[in-house]
Amino acid sequence: MTTTDHVHDLGMPAADPISAAIAAGGDKQTELKAKDLKTDQEVRWCPGCGDYVILNAVQSFLPSLGIAREDMVIVSGIGCSSRFPYYMNTYGMHSIHGRAPAIATGLAAARPDLSVWVVTGDGDALSIGGNHLIHTLRRNVNLTILLFNNRIYGLTKGQYSPTSEVGKVTKSTPMGSLDHPFNPVSLALGADATFVGRAMDSDRKGLTEVLRQAAEHEGTALVEIYQNCNIFNDGAFDLLKDPATAAQWTIPLVHGEPLVFGPDGASCVVRDEYGGLRVAETNQVDPAEVVVHDAHRTDPSYAFALSRLSSQDLRYTAMGVFRAVQKPTYDRMMAEQLDDARAQQPADLDALLAGSDTWVVEA
Amino acid sequence: MTSTTPSTATAAGNGHGPAELAPSAPGGLVKSVVELDRVVIRLAGDSGDGMQLTGNRFTSETASFGNDLSTLPNFPAEIRAPTGTLPGVSSFQLHFADHDIMTPGDAPDVLVAMNPAALKANISDLPGGGLLIADSDEFTPRNLAKVGYTENPLEDGSLEGWQVVSVPLTSLTLDALADSGLGKKEAERSKNMFTLGLLSWMYHRPTEGTVRFLERQFRRKPEIAAANITAFRAGFNYGETTEAFAVSYEVKPAPMAPGRYRNISGNQALAFGLVAAGQRSGLPVFLGAYPITPASDILHELSKHKAFGVRTFQAEDEIAGIGAALGAAFGGALGVTTTSGPGISLKSETIGLAVMTELPLVVVDVQRGGPSTGLPTKTEQSDLLQAMFGRNGEAPLPVIAPRSPGDCFDAALEAARIALTYRTPVVLLSDGYLANGAEPWAIPDVDSLPDLRVDFATEPNGEDGTFLPYLRDPETLARAWAVPGTAGLQHRIGGLEKADKTGNISYDPANHDLMTRTRQAKIDGIAADIPATEVEDPDGDARVAVVGWGSTYGPIGAACRRIRRSGRSIAQIHLRHVNPMPADLGDVLRRYDRVVCPEMNMGQLALLLRAKYLVDVESHTQVRGLPFRAAELAAVLQGVIDSTTPTAAAVAAAPGGAR
Ligand code: SF4
Repeated sequence: MTTTDHVHDLGMPAADPISAAIAAGGDKQTELKAKDLKTDQEVRWCPGCGDYVILNAVQSFLPSLGIAREDMVIVSGIGCSSRFPYYMNTYGMHSIHGRAPAIATGLAAARPDLSVWVVTGDGDALSIGGNHLIHTLRRNVNLTILLFNNRIYGLTKGQYSPTSEVGKVTKSTPMGSLDHPFNPVSLALGADATFVGRAMDSDRKGLTEVLRQAAEHEGTALVEIYQNCNIFNDGAFDLLKDPATAAQWTIPLVHGEPLVFGPDGASCVVRDEYGGLRVAETNQVDPAEVVVHDAHRTDPSYAFALSRLSSQDLRYTAMGVFRAVQKPTYDRMMAEQLDDARAQQPADLDALLAGSDTWVVEA
Repeated sequence: MTSTTPSTATAAGNGHGPAELAPSAPGGLVKSVVELDRVVIRLAGDSGDGMQLTGNRFTSETASFGNDLSTLPNFPAEIRAPTGTLPGVSSFQLHFADHDIMTPGDAPDVLVAMNPAALKANISDLPGGGLLIADSDEFTPRNLAKVGYTENPLEDGSLEGWQVVSVPLTSLTLDALADSGLGKKEAERSKNMFTLGLLSWMYHRPTEGTVRFLERQFRRKPEIAAANITAFRAGFNYGETTEAFAVSYEVKPAPMAPGRYRNISGNQALAFGLVAAGQRSGLPVFLGAYPITPASDILHELSKHKAFGVRTFQAEDEIAGIGAALGAAFGGALGVTTTSGPGISLKSETIGLAVMTELPLVVVDVQRGGPSTGLPTKTEQSDLLQAMFGRNGEAPLPVIAPRSPGDCFDAALEAARIALTYRTPVVLLSDGYLANGAEPWAIPDVDSLPDLRVDFATEPNGEDGTFLPYLRDPETLARAWAVPGTAGLQHRIGGLEKADKTGNISYDPANHDLMTRTRQAKIDGIAADIPATEVEDPDGDARVAVVGWGSTYGPIGAACRRIRRSGRSIAQIHLRHVNPMPADLGDVLRRYDRVVCPEMNMGQLALLLRAKYLVDVESHTQVRGLPFRAAELAAVLQGVIDSTTPTAAAVAAAPGGAR
């Protein structure tokens, strides 16, 4: 094994062993193809699982970012989706149930030069890891979180999840589940996330577009991806996938475009009397009343209202980018504080250890 | 330890003592100066009276004067319990001497009680004849009633067994600040500085440091700085002029090894050790922490040192704190997390992940009384077994323990060295006593600190040009550490069992057996990389050994000195490396007829030693939230020595002996 060179005679460590190691590792390859991101590991999701299409979409899309694969790190928690890093030829860590956002925060804050991704699921991110998720979002650390929402616990074989609809009959709830689900987009906006998007596993084009914007966003980006678990919750998103119903219940979000949707644009979104939003029939309202989507609004309440249009059975589900606003990122501000501190007083270990009150005992 | 105490010296001041050195004559009063070899002072007051600050200032003055010293702050968990009540009493004990001392002292020679609650809570610790200084202004009917005194103990004769000096500290302070323009409430707050001034006079402490400190501390409120300095000087002058104190005391500087010294607390030393580890490894330090008593001061200290590339992340909880540290370690940083009490329980799962991913991580546990929330501000050593075994699965890791406040510096460097060399989480077990206690510390020469440089992988290490993240260094068994950003070395790690060398997921039975044994062997192998057992047995003929770890070093050492002064022999062994232990420890312990292990827990190290070495270790335990008293410990050890007959020893030593 070749290792970083030591300048032993100087007796002091290299100024920056991390940069030195990376430099010694050789040139980075930023022109990638999808196959460059595949690993030799056998993909072990159930045949037909929505995770496959998401993996393919991610592998096809990432090369377009022009980021070297060695500069990408994927951190996951526990669950079916969290096997994701093993199938990506990048750096990766398959960590602990719910903790991926925390681990990724440390990595992204310590190494702002990396492109850090979190892959998580509805149980991982919203149940056991709910605390880390909201705090990561409010801090605005520069990382991209892909939340695969299949509205069920897959890996533990089919218990209801924090996004399952009320009354869900599962192995752990034979008489129906009692708790109300989270809407992950609403939750993220409540935590003042600077970027929130939603996409469908099977919609390659829509998914790629949301991923592209998320990846370009500086700060924490949360992308909820509706993912079919064909074993334990098959067809959970059929209402939004079936050509017979999809157009009627999906509200596509395009920044700068009026929120008109449904077959022949029959439906639209207008403001309601309480300051929120509601769905109306397009021919019943003045065209000027139709809301034009603005993902850049600083106040998250508009995006929040958009997320509240959908019911738990997924009618009127907005898809696309809800919010994309600029705020300073945590990792950058942390690095700036370090620079400011150095500018004020350069590091001097001797001076630090001595402090201001010393005395000398003579020999 | 026998010595002249201020109480007897006060008697001397009354005209009976032999130790008068030189009269001083300020203001026409003839005052004597008495030389003492050591003094233990305890300052006690309400949490709002600033006793910790006063104690720390007196400590700094004492340190800069050159005495050896040791301190024991003792304060309630509540930030501000109801004023004047027993739960609100905060105290600070300082032991200083003209010779090398090891503990903050078993019992005070002087007690300063700022109110009736402080008196009630502490008087039973003051030996008969000891000096009590009380703020008589605070002994009002209302304050007395709050703690159940029906009569004023300063006046009813109940304190006859002690030397009582009642001083109206509050009104003297107010008088001194009459022209300061401060309101009564505000001016009263300076009574701790008046008291400090009085004590500084009594013990000939240098005062410039405190004046400088007050100017610095209140630089944005110059009127407060001025008031405190005025009160401080007034206290000093009061000592010089009042007839209440006829004597002042001198405790000569202690002979210390030549060098430059400062005063340092355990938490500060530990934080400095981590900064130094970052400098000596060249790696950025990343601390992920959640505030918790008594570990928070490490977070506070490290957050001041951003210029050294130290990143501090105050996380949303204990789990995120260690998670972020581990994430940073994956990125090549020196990851650190700090906690105490229940916090270490919350970190267990992530420590397990660090064991599995074989990443370096320093986990600092400043132990406090448990279980559960327990005694947040009191000390204990009860997390040892949790550090050793508190994870699911076979998850061995090294455990390091500092022995004194200053030693926290070296222990932190050692923890970092082992973590970086062996790519493993290391638990550093400090405790509340070390964290807040202080002592003089010889400032080390930076160039003499250990070289902690690491070897990051930069090239594929597999035969076919692949990178094998779990290929090991044959000597240390440490796996290759490649940081993200290094071309061609992309790899995935995680909590699932790793296949040998490749690090791929593996459920193979033989591989799991191999990896479990390899992880254990890696930790066990550290024993070859640490010093042999150090035995302190100046007489060389001890039949009884006392073995300890962590902060009990001082009290055990002081007890051993007493034993030796009584003409008996005893061997002291103190472990810095609690896991793995020094390779020769079993053989060393077996040399003694009896082995005693005092611990501030229910016998956790004793359990390990008995299990590991089949030595009949006798456990002596105490869980009072306070350090051992040297006298009590000496009595216990003496009992063991005196009941160990040479015959028994001979029998034990004989082949086939009856053990
Ligand atoms: S259980 Fe469901 S989510 Fe998990 S791999 Fe199978 S199909 Fe996919």
